Amino acid sequence: MVIMEKETEHPAPPFEPQKVAEPEPQEKAMITVSDVDFSYGAHQVLFDVNLEIPPRAVTAFIGPSGCGKTTLLRCFNRMNDLIDGAHVSAGRIELEGHDINAPDIDVVELRRRVGMVFQKSNPFPKSIYDNVAYGLRVLGATKKSRINEAVEKSLRAAALWGEVKDRLDSSAYGLSGGQQQRLCIARALAVEPEVILMDEPCSALDPIATAKVEELIYQLRENFTIVIVTHNMQQAGRCSNYTAFFYLGRLIEFGATSKIFSNPSERQTEDYITGRFG
Amino acid sequence: MKIRTRQRIAQTTSFWIFRLATYTILAAATYIFLDIGIKGSRTLFTAHAPFINVPFLTQRPQTLFVFDYQGTKYTLSDSEFRVWKAQHPEEVEATSVAYSAGGVWPCIVGTALLVIGSMIFALAVGICSAIYLSEYSQNSRFIRLIRIAILNLAGVPSIVFGLFGFGLFVIFLHWNVSLLAGWFTLGLMILPAIITASEESLRAVPNGLREGSLALGATKWQTIRKNVLPYALPGILTSSILGISRVAGETAPIMFTAAYALRDEMPWQVQHWTDFVFQGVMALPYHIYVVSSKIPQNEYTERMQYGAACILLLLVFVIALTSIVLREKARRRLSW
Repeated sequence: MVIMEKETEHPAPPFEPQKVAEPEPQEKAMITVSDVDFSYGAHQVLFDVNLEIPPRAVTAFIGPSGCGKTTLLRCFNRMNDLIDGAHVSAGRIELEGHDINAPDIDVVELRRRVGMVFQKSNPFPKSIYDNVAYGLRVLGATKKSRINEAVEKSLRAAALWGEVKDRLDSSAYGLSGGQQQRLCIARALAVEPEVILMDEPCSALDPIATAKVEELIYQLRENFTIVIVTHNMQQAGRCSNYTAFFYLGRLIEFGATSKIFSNPSERQTEDYITGRFG
Repeated sequence: MKIRTRQRIAQTTSFWIFRLATYTILAAATYIFLDIGIKGSRTLFTAHAPFINVPFLTQRPQTLFVFDYQGTKYTLSDSEFRVWKAQHPEEVEATSVAYSAGGVWPCIVGTALLVIGSMIFALAVGICSAIYLSEYSQNSRFIRLIRIAILNLAGVPSIVFGLFGFGLFVIFLHWNVSLLAGWFTLGLMILPAIITASEESLRAVPNGLREGSLALGATKWQTIRKNVLPYALPGILTSSILGISRVAGETAPIMFTAAYALRDEMPWQVQHWTDFVFQGVMALPYHIYVVSSKIPQNEYTERMQYGAACILLLLVFVIALTSIVLREKARRRLSW
């Protein structure tokens, strides 16, 4: 009681206590999710989620279907805006300290900074070159040499250059499933985002293509913050640094992947990972 | 055993009913096309070079004069008759048959003008509203009302559109019988079809293309312009060209608003360029209506009736064929 009264009397305390002793992570979080509730109309799918996604690392979201992990992922670039009635009903999501749902945020700029790779690979019905150049062109790039450079750089970064460099002008639909998905990654890389969201990027791929994409994800984390939703436990184990386990719209556990997989602190996490349910 | 026989009879009977029903449409189509094709080609084609009846395609409709002179039977058009009279001073007793000489050139031009103008209007408005309905609007009560309005408008008989155009454009806005009134009347008539078909083509574009584009930082309009509309165009094209066939063939909407039964000047023979849109024109479907029901019928009128019908049919056929070719080309280039 006394403490509360004090706080109302002094809304802005004159000094901040020094935070030296606090176990802060080395770097500031790239994406901070605080107390987020999310609903589709009246149907609430996320409950009080708190999460800090560290920069230049791979964070995996795991959990059974319908647990809200894709929904949370799509909150990060406000893709849920496209769905009627979908909204963050409480809490904040911050990208480098800026509330991404604030009214003055330019959602187009947000999506440039936070790229996305979809579950079903969705190359545009254009040539391979035009697919990668698309993002640059909508951002206003017109100089041919600059676009050429960026296309090559992105395709190299997506480990696709060697396979397609001789047929950049042929249709993206002529590529195999795995190549198409890597093309979508290259396309996302071309606009130089800071964060890349991946929504089950390997769910439609065979093991060999999956291995290639995973290897790519592993390399990309040096320069990008990657958040990946996956149903594949081994995949989360193989290519992520941090893992978040969701169940029924709640974040059950979040921590280093090695810890979650070897020594989870929650019973539900252990049950899910060992395959006892889900 | 007995039941099986009965079942077999039922099978055979129903099979034949369905088959005959299908053949009915074939019979009707064959009859129509053969009748108009055969009788019309007598007017359209000639037995000697260049094998096409050029005067029929290039002259304006004229009155036909039929008379006997010194034991020979003459059938002359208005202009020919005047020349003949100048050379032969004696009086002859000539029967005149309206519209049955000359050609249909002004009708072809008028129909083309009506089609071009109304399609430009209908496509501009139709594609814009289809984009709004499919890409921007949310599912509200007002939007549902709009959809009901579109559906109902599609079911309005064309004569009602004609009367509407007559009341609004011709009388209220004082545009008189004019191209402009015809454009808007015809355009409004096919607008529902174009909106519906365009919206369907837009919705057929996979959502992944929209999301993929938006996720790259494209604005909504950039996404629509670069990554949705181009892929919907083949479908929009098909619907619009079917719309052209309808506009080219409708009589009722233009009979009060844009069509003249006979006009001596060609549409470009106007005093001032602004008069261009305020002039009435001759049009093929209305001409067919006039020559087949507004003049006394005799052996000389058939030539014009079937000739005009055949030309209209050919025109619509060519337009439909163009649409199919264009659509296939576009589909091959843009497929997902």
